[in-house]
Order: sequence, then C-alpha cells, then structure tokens
Amino acid sequence: MSLMYRPTAAQQMKVVVGVKRVVDYSVKIRVKDNKVQTDNVKMSVNPFCEIALEEAVRLKEKKIATEVIAVTVGVKKADDVLRTAMALGCDKAIHIVVPDAEAATLEPLAVAKVLAKLHEELKPDLWILGKQAVDGDFGSTPQLLAGLIDAPQGTFASEIAVADGKVKVTREIDAGRQVVELNLPAVVAADLRLNQPRFPNLQSIMKARKKPVDTRPIDKLGVDTKPHLATVKVEEPAARKAGIKVKTVEELFDKLRNEAKVL
Amino acid sequence: MSTRALGKALVIAETLEGKLVPATLAAITAAAKVGPVTAFASGKDAAAAAEQLSKVAGVQQVLVASGAAVSSGLPEELAPVVKSVVETNGITHVFAATSAFSKNVIPRVAAKFDAMPICDITAVQGEDTFVRHAYAGNVVATVKSADAVKFATVRGTSFERAAATGGSAPIAAVAEGGAASGKSKWLEDLIAKSDKPDLATAATVVAGGRGLKSGENFKLLEALAAPLKAAVGATRAVVDAGYCPNDMQVGQTGKTIAPTLYIGAGISGAIQHIAGMKESKVIAVINTDADAPFFQVADYGLVGDLFEAVPALTKLVKG
Repeated sequence: MSLMYRPTAAQQMKVVVGVKRVVDYSVKIRVKDNKVQTDNVKMSVNPFCEIALEEAVRLKEKKIATEVIAVTVGVKKADDVLRTAMALGCDKAIHIVVPDAEAATLEPLAVAKVLAKLHEELKPDLWILGKQAVDGDFGSTPQLLAGLIDAPQGTFASEIAVADGKVKVTREIDAGRQVVELNLPAVVAADLRLNQPRFPNLQSIMKARKKPVDTRPIDKLGVDTKPHLATVKVEEPAARKAGIKVKTVEELFDKLRNEAKVL
Repeated sequence: MSTRALGKALVIAETLEGKLVPATLAAITAAAKVGPVTAFASGKDAAAAAEQLSKVAGVQQVLVASGAAVSSGLPEELAPVVKSVVETNGITHVFAATSAFSKNVIPRVAAKFDAMPICDITAVQGEDTFVRHAYAGNVVATVKSADAVKFATVRGTSFERAAATGGSAPIAAVAEGGAASGKSKWLEDLIAKSDKPDLATAATVVAGGRGLKSGENFKLLEALAAPLKAAVGATRAVVDAGYCPNDMQVGQTGKTIAPTLYIGAGISGAIQHIAGMKESKVIAVINTDADAPFFQVADYGLVGDLFEAVPALTKLVKG
C-alpha cells in the first residue's frame, strides 16, 4: 500500500499529527472488580501528543509546513483535544468517532489502520505522533502506521530537520543517540526532548471553539478495528512490603550491609 | 498449559559492543515457554552474536543476516528480512528483549502480519496469554492474543537469563533480498564511550533527581557508585534540564531497571519514575522532604540532606 513519493513542490508540505485523549498522567489509576477505574477521572492531551503538535506548529511557523492537520480517533468527548490542537495552530481537525463501548478495547493496531486509511486520502508528507500513550504504554502506533503504509520511521525523535524532501531525525536510543535520514512521506514519533510545548492562549482557545471539525464515525471508514487481544484480567500490582525510616547515614549503611546484605 | 502443538519461537537478538545483551538471554527464556527457539542475529556484529547464540542453552537454531542493508539496524530494511524468516521457518511467535532497538522493529514487522504487538511482557502464561503493565505500571493486565503470529517485546528483568553455555545450535545465513530499499539512511551513532557499568544490568544503581540541583553535582553520585561498581541513573526531570544524557533516564518512558540495590537521592518519587525501578530488590531513599512520595516504596528511608548523606555514605562504603 505504499504511495509513490511525489516530489513536494517548494513550500507545499502537509503534516498530519495524531493526538490522543488519555487519563491525565497525574491520576493514580485504580483497578476494581477486574476493571480499570476511569469514570470521572481527569482527562488530558497525551503529553507526547502535545510535543508532536508543538513540533508541527513550529514547522508551520518556520514556513516548512504549509498545512497542519490534527487527527484523533476516540470517543465523542475527545473533540477537546482537537480544539486544543486548533488553538495551538492546526489548520484542520479530523475526529474519527468511536462509540464509548468500543473505546476501551480500541488497540494501537486498529488506530494505525485508521490512520493508514487517512494517509491514502490526505497524502501528507509527514506524520508526527507521540511515541507512547501514557495509558496503554504500548508505544507502537507510529511504527505500526509506518509498517502499514511502508513509510520510513523516525522513532524516539529528539530533533527533526526537514530539508530537500527528506527529514533528518535524531533518535534517542539506549546507548545515546542516532541520526537517520528518511525519505518523505515518513512517520516521526515524538519523544520527550523534541521540544517544550507551548500553552494555547485564551483567545486562540475561544476562536478554536468555533472552527469546524471534520467528524466521521469509525465504522464508515471500511477498516477492521476489532481487537486482537482479549483482556483476561486486570489488577493492581502487588504492593511492596512497607519499609522503615532510618535516622542516620550510619544506620542506613548498617541496614544495607548487615540486614539487607546488599552492600 | 495448553496441549496444542508447541509454537515455534524466533528471538531477535541484540548486542552491545559485540556482546549479547543479557536481556536477550531473558527473552530466550520467555520464548522457550512457547516452543523451540530460533535465534536471529543481524547488524554489524551479526557473526559474533551468532557464535554466542549458538552456545546458549535452549537455542535450537541460529539464523544470521549479515548483509549491508541491515548492518545499521534500520527497521525499514530489517522488517522485510524478519518477515521472510517468519514465513520460511513457520515461526508462530517473535520475541525480542524490550529496548529502543526492539521497540523500533517489532511493531513494524507485526503490522506486516496484521498482528497486535504485546509490549514489554513480564510473564508468559501459555502460547497465547501474556502479562504486561499499563498506566505507568499501575495496572497489570493479562491478555490473550488471537493472532496467528504473535509479536512481543520481553522485559529483560522479568525472566531468568538462559545459560550462556551448554547449547550447540547450528548457524545458517538467511536470504536477504539484495540491495537496501533506500527509504532511510543511517548517518551516525552518537554514543558516549563508557567503561562504567551498564544501567540496564548493573546489580547496584545510584540515581539522582532534581535535588542534585546541577549536572556538576552528579559527581557526588559517581563517587558513591565507583566503589559499589554501580551504574548511575537519573530521573526524566534532570535529563530534561540537561544535567544528564538521555541514556541515564529511568522511568515509564525511559529504562526499566531491577537492580539488587537501588539508592535514590534527591528524587521525590513521581509515579513515572517509580514505574521504571519498583522491581528493585532493595530500595533506599535519601530526601530532605519527609513527605516525599518516594519514601512509600523505600525499604530504607533517610530524611536528610544528600549533600551530607551521600559523601558520608561513600566514606562508609570505602571503609
């Protein structure tokens, strides 16, 4: 399903950003009766998606990107992440609406298939997604999308530079960093240090409320989104045995050496 | 365990400076739970990796891809080779130790098989049932996969490492399909050479957070780490602030570690950091704030100033 790379005319770069609405990272999530308790918890834009949005908006400010489109695949209420995206400077927003009942089991693979379908329609030069959603922690959607559309991928991106129809990506890897150069269209996965996202100002937020959002139900896309994983059980992790406070460094040393025997 | 026919597992091996990473040995243990294990070596150290893999207990066969296209580990080049290996060898499960490398490759290959990758598994309960964590480690989920070919990354600290000797598997080269696709190009690796212990596998880790106040002050932790032969880790906050390089980050979106002893100084204990180290056997915390959340997971907590406590502890350790 790969698209022939059509040379981008000078200054005609289209960027699509994937944005996810997630349980806010500061929420201490609980599990009860084999269910993750997400009713009435604070929801936010996934932190890595904020970084992805910021990078796209900066590309636009540098006049490298001429159009930035934000996409979310989520429940009806997820349209707030698109309002934020437009307040930050995205030109358009697409909301692929998922019924509430399906949302809990919507997998990264399904989301990647939806985005791959949109890739055929939108034909962007660059996808920027967050590297990982802080709810599922799969960290796979960008790579799945890249695999489905057979585009090169720049994961754990801490810096990107677009020039001459390619994108140079500095990636954070386990031993340090790596620089790769990708042909466009490419998929970039934003990591923590790619940028520091800005806050939208109140005026932009108010204006964004009035902008139209292209809303489409997920079942109209002709994409198979049924889950491949069945959740057998969810539970909280076993709690650690309570520890003790020591009063001095000498006591700490003694405990570590003679009680725990790890020093 | 099911009485169905055993699966056939492929483990994508990883090396660091020519040596198999210990986490790959853990991935082999995980893989062996579903069926006979074929190990796959690729990249510029492929031949060295293959030699080591052939001696690992539990590896039945070693396959090597040592062509130029895959020598830099580019996922665009590696994915089609792995796909071909899976199809040619009737592989039912593809595993790799969780790492930046495997996270880059495994999902891309999974997409080619219409499979949902299961990331960072901590237990194997059957050929189709695996345990993993979500919500920064606050949810433990047991999932069952319906995929014909299953893909998973394996948390290296959750499984015993397979013995490095005792095996004698044959090594064979795989068909690599010629020239690189050219969609991506490796330019350079920026790796700080270090003779210090590897953070992912050190038995002792000394970690620092915002309480250190500057990158310069990490010298205090290095002074403690040296006699302990410990690795030094960091929180996301200090990496973001530029005190430390990114490869030192421990946490939900950094490295997951499980040393025998973890000493945290000047770290408040955000959920996201704890997610990356809570399986440590013994946790010692030093912080001036008695209410720091980190004390809740500490086996031993010292409310005190790290600028006094760490040098004092270093002195005691040195005897």
